This record gives sequence, C-alpha cells and structure tokens, in this order.
Amino acid sequence: MAPVVQSSQPWVEKYRPRQVKDVAHQDEVVRVLTNTLETSNCPHMLFYGPPGTGKTTTALAIAHQLFGPEMYKSRVLELNASDDRGINVVRTKIKNFAAVAVGSSRQGGYPCPPFKIIILDEADSMTEDAQNALRRTMETYSKVTRFFFICNYISRIIEPLASRCAKFRFKPLTEEIMGSRILHICREEGLSLDSEALSTLSSISQGDLRRAITYLQSAARLFGSSISARVLISVSGVIPNEVTQAIFSACRSGNFDLANKEVDNVIAEGYPVSQMLSQLYDIVIDADDISDEQKARICKKFAEADKCLVDGADEYLQLLDVASTTMQALTNMPQDMACES
Amino acid sequence: MLWVDKYRPKTLDKVIVHEDVAQNLQKLVSAGDCPHLLFYGPSGSGKKTLIMALLRQIFGPSADKVKVENKIWKVDAGPRTIDVELTTLSSTNHVELSPSDAGFQDRYVVQEIIKEMAKNRPIDTKGKKGFKVLVLNEVDKLSREAQHSLRRTMEKYSASCRLILCSNSSSKVTEAVRSRCLNVRINAPMEEEIVNVLDFIAKKEGLQLPQGFAARIAEKSNRNLRRAVLTFETCRVQQYPFTNNQAIPPMDWEQYLSEIASDIMKEQSPKRLFEVRGKLYELLTNCIPPEIILKRLLFELLKKLDSELKHEVSHWAAYYEHRMRLGQKAIFHLEAFVAKFMSIYKSFLISTFG
Repeated sequence: MAPVVQSSQPWVEKYRPRQVKDVAHQDEVVRVLTNTLETSNCPHMLFYGPPGTGKTTTALAIAHQLFGPEMYKSRVLELNASDDRGINVVRTKIKNFAAVAVGSSRQGGYPCPPFKIIILDEADSMTEDAQNALRRTMETYSKVTRFFFICNYISRIIEPLASRCAKFRFKPLTEEIMGSRILHICREEGLSLDSEALSTLSSISQGDLRRAITYLQSAARLFGSSISARVLISVSGVIPNEVTQAIFSACRSGNFDLANKEVDNVIAEGYPVSQMLSQLYDIVIDADDISDEQKARICKKFAEADKCLVDGADEYLQLLDVASTTMQALTNMPQDMACES
Repeated sequence: MLWVDKYRPKTLDKVIVHEDVAQNLQKLVSAGDCPHLLFYGPSGSGKKTLIMALLRQIFGPSADKVKVENKIWKVDAGPRTIDVELTTLSSTNHVELSPSDAGFQDRYVVQEIIKEMAKNRPIDTKGKKGFKVLVLNEVDKLSREAQHSLRRTMEKYSASCRLILCSNSSSKVTEAVRSRCLNVRINAPMEEEIVNVLDFIAKKEGLQLPQGFAARIAEKSNRNLRRAVLTFETCRVQQYPFTNNQAIPPMDWEQYLSEIASDIMKEQSPKRLFEVRGKLYELLTNCIPPEIILKRLLFELLKKLDSELKHEVSHWAAYYEHRMRLGQKAIFHLEAFVAKFMSIYKSFLISTFG
C-alpha cells in the first residue's frame, strides 16, 4: 500500500488507483491502455461517462505509467475547468506545448514514448469556439502530441473533435465491483461494515464510486468505526422515506392546504428539492394503483420543475407546483389549464 | 449589542438548537482536521453560527480576531486585465468571502483568487504545516462556470486547504461539488426549540416571559430563529412587562403585501393593476427581494381563495418566478402574475355568479 499518508488526505485521493490495471470494471479501456503501455503508441482518446467511474483516474494513471515521475512534468499538460480554457489559451498555451518535439528516451524503466500528452479534463465545459480551435492543432501535431479528452456528456463535444478520437464509455460501477472496492477500503482503514450497510451504500451512491467513498469517510469520521445503514443515509443527504411518503399521501388526499403545509415543512427542514423530486419520482413510478396516463402527467411536471430548478427558480414554489399538479392528476381533476406558455 | 449577536453561541458545546449537529462536528474536528464541508438550510437556521463555532473549535480564540479587507485583485484574462473588487474577512487561519459579490465575474474569483489563497499554507509556531480554511458564502448564487472551476481546486489543494461552503439550498450547488463535501443539513428550528431559546435569553436578561407570548413569537417567526429573537427584542422595547396577548408587530412589508392582496381581490381592472404596480415598485425600491414578494403575495392570496383556484394560482406563481429568474427586470413578472391572477379570478367570478 502507499506509504504513510497524512490522515488529512481524503480517501478518494488516497485510494485512487495508481496503475491502469487497477481501474475497476472498465475492461475495454484497460485492455487498450495496457496495450499502449507495451507498444508505446496510442490514439487520441475521449473518455466519457457519469461521475465517479474512473475517467480522470485512468488518464492520470496512464500518463504516470508512461512517463514516470521525472518526465511527467515536461511531458504532460493537465488542464481542467479550474484553469482558464478560453480560445486564447487553446491558441497559445496548448499550441505551444503541442508544438514542442520530444525524443524517445527510456528512463528508469518507463516506456517514455516520443510524444506528449495533453489531458483536457471536464472538456464538456469548454466553449464551442475553443473546441473548434483545437481541430487543426490536433492534426498538425499528431506526431508529437496525444490528446485525452474527459467529459460527462459526449454530446457537448463537437463532432469533429469526437471523430478524431478513440471513444471509450465508462460504465457506472455494478454493485459487486463497488462492494469489493468498498470492502477493500474498510479493511485498510479498520472499519466494520455489515452487509445491509453495504447494499445501502451501493444504492444511494448509484454507481458513483467517489460518492460512495466520500459517504463512507464522512460516516467514519462522524460515527466511528462501525457503520450502519442508518448512519450512511444521514450523511448522504438522502431524504428519509417518511418525509417523501408524507408529501405523497398529502397529494393523494386532495387537500391543497395539507399539501401546502407539507411543502412548507420540507423547505424549513432544508431538504434539497431536486433530491425530493427524484425520490418522489421513484414512488410514483413504483406505485401500482396509478394509471399510466396519470403517471405520464406527473412525470412531465417533474421534468419541467427540474429544469426550472436548474435555472435557479425558487424551491418552494416549484415543489408546491409539483405537489398541486400531482394532486390534480391523482384525483383526476380536469387538466383545464393546459399551462402552455 | 443586539441580542441576536449577544446570545450567539460562541463554542460548539454552548449550542442550544442544533445540539446533535454540534456534537458531530466536534467529533469531526477532534483530530484537528476536517473534510470539506457544505452547510445548507433555510435562512435563520444557524448555519453561520455553527461555522464560526467550528472555526473556533479548530483554531482556538485566534479565529475571533478578524480583519476586514477590501482589496482589488487584478486578474489576467487573456488580452486584458480585469479588476475584481472583493471584500474578505480574514484571520490568521481562515478567510471568509462571498464570491457571488463579484457578479458575473465570479468565475475569476474562483479561478484566480481562491486558487491563490488555497496555494499558500500557514505554518504554525511549532513549524508544523497546518491548513487554511476558506469559508465561501452563498455558493448557491455562484454561476455554473464558477462551480465547475471549484471542483478541481477542491481536489488539488486538499492537503493545504479546507473549504467550508454555506448555501441556502443544496439544489443549486452542482452534484460535482456536493459529492466532494461532507454535507451538513441544518434544518430550521422547531417552534418549541425557538421557545427554549427565547426562555434562555429572557433568563439571562432577567425578564419575565409568559409562555403563551413566547409561543406566539415562535409561531409568527416562520421557524426563523434570527427573526424570532429580533421580534422578541422589538417587543421588549415596545412594552415591558410582557402580557400574554401583547400585539406582536408584523413586518411592515408583510402588512403592505397583505394590503396589496386584498386590493387585488376587491377589484380586477387595468386601473387597479396600475395602482398595484406602484405599490410593488415601492417594495422593490425598499430592497425587498422580488422572489420574497411573490412568495408572500401567493401566501396572502391562497388564504383567501377557494381550493379549486389554488392549484392554478400556485402554478402560475411558480411559472412567473421562473421567468423572473431568467429575465432581467423583476417588476414585469410580478405585474404579469398580478394580471394573470386578476384574469383567472374574474373569469372564475363570472362563471360562478354570472
């Protein structure tokens, strides 16, 4: 294991895989990259997938394995959203770095192939102009530079860039893989985690390993070394079932004032409404006694409200609107106000 | 000194309202260290108080000695330099700032200033490297870009710097930032808890506080502790000794809004709309935030409506509030809501009474 690390280090960093082969569950990528290590050659890469599946980890690991600690600084340029990446930076910084020619020099057992790597993390937050400016740069210097793009949504990468890269989708981790990783950390840190807590952890983190580890660390910090499912729920910010059920049954009752009171309560308790919506969604979808048409009507409202929340609309009003629409749908009130703008 | 400040708990073990949270926080920092934290909850629930108490717990009394600094940062943004003016509140070990004050330039604050602060770490007297705490207020008002910029900063400088974020709602903080923090939900205190606090203050001040009166203050405060304490102090000035049925002065703007609401209910005409607009303008010029006006107006209207109309009205309130957020001038949307309401109400009246 890694040498004695400061206790202050987040476990997410501490247990970040240092080698490509340690990356869990992403077999195709790992295969291609191990190949790269042997042949010392690779195409431009585009990694995409949901958060916490290992994209950044993989990119950093391959860069480290190719160049080793000494050459890393001169061969790898890592840019992410915390750096300014306007069109200006693409034109100057990236281009300058890409243009430098390098030789191949085997050093200290690392392959050190004759190219440099530019890692563009969170590439979906780059402007379209900046992406366009990259197209030619990528081709011109393809002899000496490889680009690694990392993003959550591939649709935000412009087509010309995507077509120049080998694309790899990172899958959300399955429960078993996540479980084994979590158990490994528990062993290292001396935590005891029962099977119920483990399955809770996998379900609340929804395939995001980083989130799972963060919850685990928070829970361990707050409540000591034995961790139960209840503790995990309280640190994860998931809304307790009673609260969502209370809102839902208020909607069923068809009493507007009751629903209004419940909504008030949710806001005062400080529960995040976006989380509330996704949990209500689960309830509505699973409910057997609601007709498909009603479900469709309710879900449409969820989608609208979610968009409004992203735009920064007020949580109270949105939740009230959702509750009122749900109530109308459940009590089969006519949909007279079509509410189209 | 206002009672709100005077009786603000200074340390984590003196906290009355969120005792369980305070205990957990105490455990959290007992090793002299903490993860990134995100405090969220409605206003007046005690987020800031807990944060300050936490800082004092970590750094000892030196966290109290703060100096206010108003500095202009020169940020190099490509061809030109941008001046960003920012007020910070800092002690030796922590810096507090509201990046959203910089408006649309908040991205530069996060990218340059916070990074700069996060980089240099303090060294304590024994030569041991410590860490610095950055307290960021109102993270929910940060723009998307700024929040994206924050995520890598949080990881990269995690050895030398801890961020404590404070926001009203966690929906507006991106998932990426949330997943990097320990989330602490601070709920608004229950009415009984508010009564307890009022009792505590009354005892310290040597006042007689009748139970019924305290309960009424708590009820009026909408579970906002700060407001309850302020109201309590106002009442003390107005009349002492307290009586059980003493009038609690309502906020003047709330009274004004309830007048507006009854105006709207009485008559629905362009002329009335014009009058209402004047009143709304007056509220806006008195710095009442437009979304609060809209919410309160809805609250007042809902009290007076039949239940079949409530659905529709609340839907339109949500609709216009969203529009207001996207648009520039709040008054248009407030007025549109009032006009919409008038039209709904009038057609309801016509269809019912002919």
